[in-house]
Amino acid sequence: MSLFVAFRKEWLELIRSYRLLVVAIVLVFFGLTSPLLAKFTPEIITLIPGGTEISKLIPAPTVWDAIAQYVKNMGQFGIILALLLTMGAVAQEKDKGTAAMILVKPLPRGAFLAAKFLAQATMFAVTLAAAGIACYYYTMLLFEAVNGLHWLVLNVFLLLYVLVFVAITLFCSTLTKSQAAAGGIALGLMVILGLAGAIPGLGKYLPGELITWGARLMQGDTTTSWAAFGISMGLIIVPLLAAWLIFKRQEL
Amino acid sequence: MAAVRIEGLRKVFGTLVALDNLSLTVEEGVVFGFLGPNGAGKTTTLRILTGLAHANSGQVWVGGKEITANRHEIAQQIGYLPEDPAFYPWMTPGEFLDYVGRVFQIRAKERSDRVKELIKLAGLEEAAKRHIGGFSRGMRQRLGLAQALFNRPQVLFLDEPASALDPAGRKEVLDFIDQLRGQSTVFMSTHILADVERVCDTIGIINHGKLVIAAQRDALVAKYAPPAFEVEVDAQTVERFLAWAEFVQHESWAKSVSIHGLVARVNVSDVNAAKRELLASITQAGLILTRYEIVHPSLEDVFLQLVGQEEVGK
Repeated sequence: MSLFVAFRKEWLELIRSYRLLVVAIVLVFFGLTSPLLAKFTPEIITLIPGGTEISKLIPAPTVWDAIAQYVKNMGQFGIILALLLTMGAVAQEKDKGTAAMILVKPLPRGAFLAAKFLAQATMFAVTLAAAGIACYYYTMLLFEAVNGLHWLVLNVFLLLYVLVFVAITLFCSTLTKSQAAAGGIALGLMVILGLAGAIPGLGKYLPGELITWGARLMQGDTTTSWAAFGISMGLIIVPLLAAWLIFKRQEL
Repeated sequence: MAAVRIEGLRKVFGTLVALDNLSLTVEEGVVFGFLGPNGAGKTTTLRILTGLAHANSGQVWVGGKEITANRHEIAQQIGYLPEDPAFYPWMTPGEFLDYVGRVFQIRAKERSDRVKELIKLAGLEEAAKRHIGGFSRGMRQRLGLAQALFNRPQVLFLDEPASALDPAGRKEVLDFIDQLRGQSTVFMSTHILADVERVCDTIGIINHGKLVIAAQRDALVAKYAPPAFEVEVDAQTVERFLAWAEFVQHESWAKSVSIHGLVARVNVSDVNAAKRELLASITQAGLILTRYEIVHPSLEDVFLQLVGQEEVGK
């Protein structure tokens, strides 16, 4: 019950502060434009001086180009939005004093934190779904229909990938009263995670592999990456648990 | 049963000892004024009492329950107004109060009625549809008091409730606190002596994290601020006035004499002896009297005397 009360407030805040709208616009825009760009990039290049020669060197666009563009855009913008929208979630409430106003009342701190994560998760699920549908439709129009189930799995993996960064940023936001500091720490952790992914042999165990797995699936390759899936789930659960353990002892 | 009981509370921030073995009991139904200069430890005490901060040592009971083991239960029974109440700026006052009601899991009909009642009580009917982000400090303070009262708390903790208000707002808030006497226990911290004097029946004075004294207001004033006499003389006798003041200062019943222009304030240790001998000394000195009165002591006199003693002791 307390979780629902706190979630209701968080969801209302995402709507009233236009964050939900901004995330929806950004993700749907890139969802729509990914197949468009893939399709029309060679034609756009012909418009620049000397572009006709260059365009001859570019292979004819395929449905895989549209999917690759979509995966790249959603991954990048998903991370940026996760960082920007989550870094102040707890830090700002502690700094401004609203956390103290509410948490002196019978609202468990765990519910306060969980509601923030669930609201962000719901927001990214809804907006990624909209972006996924938009991209699926345009890909079908401009190229060919892709496997709907595989498309769904790819988007679930994208969501999990973004939620890893939401959980890490929420943890950082719990550590400090400054949202800039929270954002800085989260960015540092993301860079470390990115660099770790570049180490040969290690990348296949990290969250980035989820996206690769989804993209492989779209091409009909059924090779799984369950280790990366498990580690990604761990990278969601562990920061949230750590945030709760820290937050419930913290002075407000 | 005591509404609030504090035993041996100690709180340290780095090298600063904010609370030093603070012990205090507040009985049920009283309006308790927690008085002290800035930085004395009032807010820290309130934050520990409401579960927002932790003590390094010592124990606290609210409504007979120890707070660390019964935090959720105590949260149902208390109200808290911080010094600078903070709200979600995108909410209207009704939405914020509704959220508070939901946190207390109050049913929809009762919640809606209570929201309307508190909006009216806070005098925010005209601003009910505005976002809190545009509210003045006074409006936020009134809304802060309203949210603290939502659950009809047994113990209401108020941190400097009237310090940010204009005179009219201050009067409203203090009158309202006065009405709560007997219904709720009010634990109010302030550094404004006039507010305490006006509404509090019991007073605790804190300085440098230590309790200087806690007692009923009238007993405190009677004990620590005996009456003083004020004597005002005509300007024609001003030369003799200073000599008279010097003479009175050495009388056994006089504690001190302070002079401001043509007015002398004589603080006395024996009121009856002063009543007998002061007027006689004025006559003997040949002063022309324009005013003579017994001045009732104020809490300010008590506060300055007690806190002053602390400072001298250091």
